[in-house]
Amino acid sequence: MAEFRMPSLGADMVQGRLIQWIKQPGDPVRRGDIIAEVDTDKGVIEVEVFTDGVLDRVLVQPGEKVPVGTVMATIREGGGAAPPVTHEPETKASPLARSIATALGVDLEQVRGTGPGGAITRRDVEVAARGATPAPIPVPRVPMPDRTRAMRQAIAAAMARSKRDIPHFYVSHDVDVGPVVEWLAERNQGRSARDRVLQGALFLKAVARALVDFPELNAWWQDGAAVPKPDIHLGVAIALRGGGLVAPALHHVGRLPVDDVSARLRELVTRARSGSLRSSEVADPTMTVTSLGDRGVDGVFGVIYPPQVAIVGFGSIRPRPWVLDHALVVRPVVTASVSADHRVTDGHRAALFLAAVAEHLRQPGAL
Amino acid sequence: VTQNEIRRTVLEALQSVAPEIQADAADPGVPIREQFDIDSVDLLNFLAALESRLGVKVPEQDYGRIATIDACVAYLAEQLGAAAVPHGAP
Repeated sequence: MAEFRMPSLGADMVQGRLIQWIKQPGDPVRRGDIIAEVDTDKGVIEVEVFTDGVLDRVLVQPGEKVPVGTVMATIREGGGAAPPVTHEPETKASPLARSIATALGVDLEQVRGTGPGGAITRRDVEVAARGATPAPIPVPRVPMPDRTRAMRQAIAAAMARSKRDIPHFYVSHDVDVGPVVEWLAERNQGRSARDRVLQGALFLKAVARALVDFPELNAWWQDGAAVPKPDIHLGVAIALRGGGLVAPALHHVGRLPVDDVSARLRELVTRARSGSLRSSEVADPTMTVTSLGDRGVDGVFGVIYPPQVAIVGFGSIRPRPWVLDHALVVRPVVTASVSADHRVTDGHRAALFLAAVAEHLRQPGAL
Repeated sequence: VTQNEIRRTVLEALQSVAPEIQADAADPGVPIREQFDIDSVDLLNFLAALESRLGVKVPEQDYGRIATIDACVAYLAEQLGAAAVPHGAP
C-alpha cells in the first residue's frame, strides 16, 4: 500500500489545505494523474500522484489544513479489485471555475468538463457562458486579497531567506540578438498566432543548452553542498494579474524542440494566471529564468529561489550602438544576467556560462 | 460585420486574456499593452482569439497597427472590408 502525502511545493511551504479530491476511493490512478487540489500560498495547485494503482482511502477531508508530509490517502499499488464504494455523482470543478460560474450565472451541471477526470475548468465555464449569453459580459477577476497577501508573505519569506543564506554575486553580458530577431521573423511568417514562436522560448533553449556545460548551476543546495540535477527543468518567472509571482517549471527544456518549448511556455503562463498549476511544476524547477523584456527594462538581476543556486535574467531587446567588425552599427541587443550562489561557483564560471548563452543565441536555428 | 461588432469582439478577446478589463472603462486611444499590462504571451492569446472569432490573421509586421483598441478595430475592419459604422453609433 502506497501513501499519498501532502507534497512540499517549494522550500518555504509548511502546510496546505485540501480543496477537493479529484479522484475518489475506488478510482484507478496512474502516475501523473491529478488526484487533488491543494490551496497553498502560491495559489491552488493541482497535485499529481506518482504511483499506479487504485485510490484506496482518503484520510483528509476537503477544507482540512495539514502539514507537508501528512499522509492524505492510501493507494493500492498495481490496481486490483476496488472496494465497493458508492458516492453520489459529483460535478468536479476547480474553485476558480466555480467562482466564475457563480459570477456568470452558469449552471455547472450543464457544463461539459474537459479537465482531468472530466473536471470543469475555468475555460469550460467561459465557453459555456459565451454559448448562453452572446453579449459581452465583463468577467470580474475573482478578488482574492488574502491570496495576494499570502503570496506576498511567502515571497517575502523565501527571498529574505535567500538573501540571508545565499552569498549572491551578479554577472551580466550584452548580447547582439540580431540572429534571433531575424530567425523569429522568418519562422513566424505566415503562421497562425497560436503557432508562433515566442522570443522567450529561444532564451529558455539557449539557457538550457548552456547549462549542459555548466551543471553546477543546474543544482540544488542540499545538506551543505550543491547537488547537480540530472534534468533541466527551468523555472519561468510569471507575474500574475492582480499581483504576485510564481516560477513554475517548464520540464525538460533542453530536450524539446523550440516549437514545443514555445507552445508549452504559452500554456504554462496561461495556466499559471488562471490558477491551475500542477504540483510537479511548482516543486521541480532546477534553475529559474526571469524576463522583464515586455516591461521595457534594460536588465534584471534576480534573487535566487532556494534551494536553487542561480537565476538568469533577460531585459528588453533594444536597438543599441554596437561595434561590429571595427564599425559602429545599430544592433538589437539584450542584457543577459546571472545571479549565482558564491558557495557553488564564481564569477569566472558565471561569465563563461553567459558567454555560452550568447553563443547559442547567435545560432537560433541550432537551438 | 460592422465596426461596432468588431469592437465588441476585440473587447471580448482582450477580456479572454485579462478578465478584469471593464469594457466601458477601456480607453480606446491608449496603447493596449500598457493600458492592460499585456505581455507577449497575452498578446499571442489575444491574437489567437481574434483569429478564431474573426478569421483574421495579424502578422507580426502589423503589430504596430493594432496598438490601441481604435487602431485594432480600424485594422480589422480594413481586413474584413467591414461596413463603416462609427464608434458609438447604435
